[in-house]
Amino acid sequence: MNNESMNNESMNKRGMGSYGSVQVRDLWVNLKEFHLRKVNLNVAAGEYFVVLGPTGAGKTVLLETIAGLHQHHKGRIILDGEDITGVPPERRGIGFVYQDYMLFPHLSVAGNIAFGLKLRGIGRSVIEEHVTSVSQLLFIDHLLHRSPGTLSGGEQQRVALARALVVEPRLLLLDEPLSALDPGMREGLQRELARLHRQLGTTTVHVTHDFEEAVALGDRIGVVNEGRVVQVGSPEEIFRKPDSEFVARFVGVRNIFRGEVRPGDDGYQVLSLDPSADGSTGSPQGSGQHGVEIAVVTGLSGQVHGSIRPEEIVIAREPLHSSARNSFQGRIVNVTDRGTVVYVTVRVPPDFTCVITRRSLEEMELREGLEVYIAFKASAVHIF
Amino acid sequence: MADKSYLDAVAILEGKEVRALFANRMCTLFVILGSLLILFVAWPLLRTVTASGPAVLWQTLLDEEVRGSILLTFYASLVATGLAFVCGVPLAYLLARADFTGKWLVEGIIDIPIVVPHSAAGIALLMVLGRRTLLGQAFGLFGLKFVSATPGIVAAMLFVSLSFLVNAAREGFEAVDPRLERVARTLGASPWRAFWRVSFPLAWRGILSGMILMWARGISEFGAVVILAYHPMVAPVLIYERFESFGLRYSRPVATLMILICLATFVALRVAAGRKTMNNAQ
Repeated sequence: MNNESMNNESMNKRGMGSYGSVQVRDLWVNLKEFHLRKVNLNVAAGEYFVVLGPTGAGKTVLLETIAGLHQHHKGRIILDGEDITGVPPERRGIGFVYQDYMLFPHLSVAGNIAFGLKLRGIGRSVIEEHVTSVSQLLFIDHLLHRSPGTLSGGEQQRVALARALVVEPRLLLLDEPLSALDPGMREGLQRELARLHRQLGTTTVHVTHDFEEAVALGDRIGVVNEGRVVQVGSPEEIFRKPDSEFVARFVGVRNIFRGEVRPGDDGYQVLSLDPSADGSTGSPQGSGQHGVEIAVVTGLSGQVHGSIRPEEIVIAREPLHSSARNSFQGRIVNVTDRGTVVYVTVRVPPDFTCVITRRSLEEMELREGLEVYIAFKASAVHIF
Repeated sequence: MADKSYLDAVAILEGKEVRALFANRMCTLFVILGSLLILFVAWPLLRTVTASGPAVLWQTLLDEEVRGSILLTFYASLVATGLAFVCGVPLAYLLARADFTGKWLVEGIIDIPIVVPHSAAGIALLMVLGRRTLLGQAFGLFGLKFVSATPGIVAAMLFVSLSFLVNAAREGFEAVDPRLERVARTLGASPWRAFWRVSFPLAWRGILSGMILMWARGISEFGAVVILAYHPMVAPVLIYERFESFGLRYSRPVATLMILICLATFVALRVAAGRKTMNNAQ
């Protein structure tokens, strides 16, 4: 711990994370496979901005264009108020991390991290110092002499991050940085990205197709589809108020809550939902001042997000006695017919949306205003 | 790697690998058919090498003319390989990275020397580099003459063997992910430095094996060289001349010597290249 804090001081002294704001204005790119059509983005200095969209939406092309790796485009890119549209990538000061790491296979881990510093003609001892401090920051200082090919995916991605960060970029671009990792690694590195951003404050544009990743990391999210930006907003705005059919569908109907995890009994953890963050506008009933508490199973602690898929929630007219650890009473505030299935929103509060078949709806005679009980298993809550 | 080859060796000693070759009738038949071809190459070489005793070979090596022509052959082919390296590696990089109209034509031209008869290639070169041609006279102003001279040998070797280097280097560059270069660019490397620090070292194995292949091909060239420059005599021409003038007995020791030297050189180069890239990969 001590080591880490000393480290951060030295990183800050070097002025790491000199904040840069980015503006993308009316950007058009025409490549063989991908197109960007009149993309406009404003990313504030120090912001963590997530570009969210399905595969093939042109997200990578957008990042590569910001980095200056595609010449043929229309529009302007402005970094810190300076028009860098015609500036070659090596003079932009923009760090880039690819999904599959792209470590130089002929160099050691230390050689990879030092690559950018060596190009700047810095003295060997200074390079060593910087490499050591950035590798301590990313907990890879024990790997410095290894060859990239011998590292796990998570380790490789840390090296790629260190390599990009050590040259103190004004802007950090992350292209699906977590997608190639297995789930366990992924969660760890996701936390790491959040921590790095808190510590260094580097303006970051992170591209992903994973909604939960976007919610967990993004100060704001920009949803892209077919080369266009279709909605920009806070994570809550995106999933509470999708302003197009595409966003609604891509994000899906889901229950996402913010809260704090603390240890509970019987091997479960307890997630206390933030009353303010649930987005429901109804009058508080039952739960009063306190947020609802949900039993969950997770290795995480502290401030987290939790999501429950609508099909995981069971509705009943009577109190349920089942193996599900979570059971709440609430009132139906909305019933949306989607053909064979029906979405039923139950206000506890917060609002939980459940999906049931039309036949269940008819048999149970569910309608708005009815008092019902909902239940779901602790393991059905995904904490991220 | 070392472990693996050790295990392979153990497996062969235990006969596991050999037994696997005869796993079924089809494999057995394939082994017989394949062996015929191996024998077809190995037997004449072995016959030639064993036909002349060490004493005769030593005598041949002491022959000024033989030594001179062997050295000339190696030297000329090395110069040709060097020239192809300077112009061919950039070309290979372009072919690996860029898409342009007429690319197929460039690729075709690079491959042509492999398919034309080499004596025809010699004639074609003579039409351009001969004494009375524009280019021949232009080079003549600088004292460079091709016909019956070392530059002519180099030109002939270059023509018939450059495809090997360009194609191997191109494959080497194609195996380097262009995104590695892009990352290097974002880290502050100019295109030039990204090439020298990332693409070139990573493609080096392919380039090197292309150079070895090209050098070997140049050394063995007869057809194109003999038309442009019968003199000074490269080793293949010398072998031919001794065969024509004095018969098999006199040409055999030179042939033997040439085969032995080439085999030794290429084995050494292959081992060196293999070790080097293995170190890089670690």
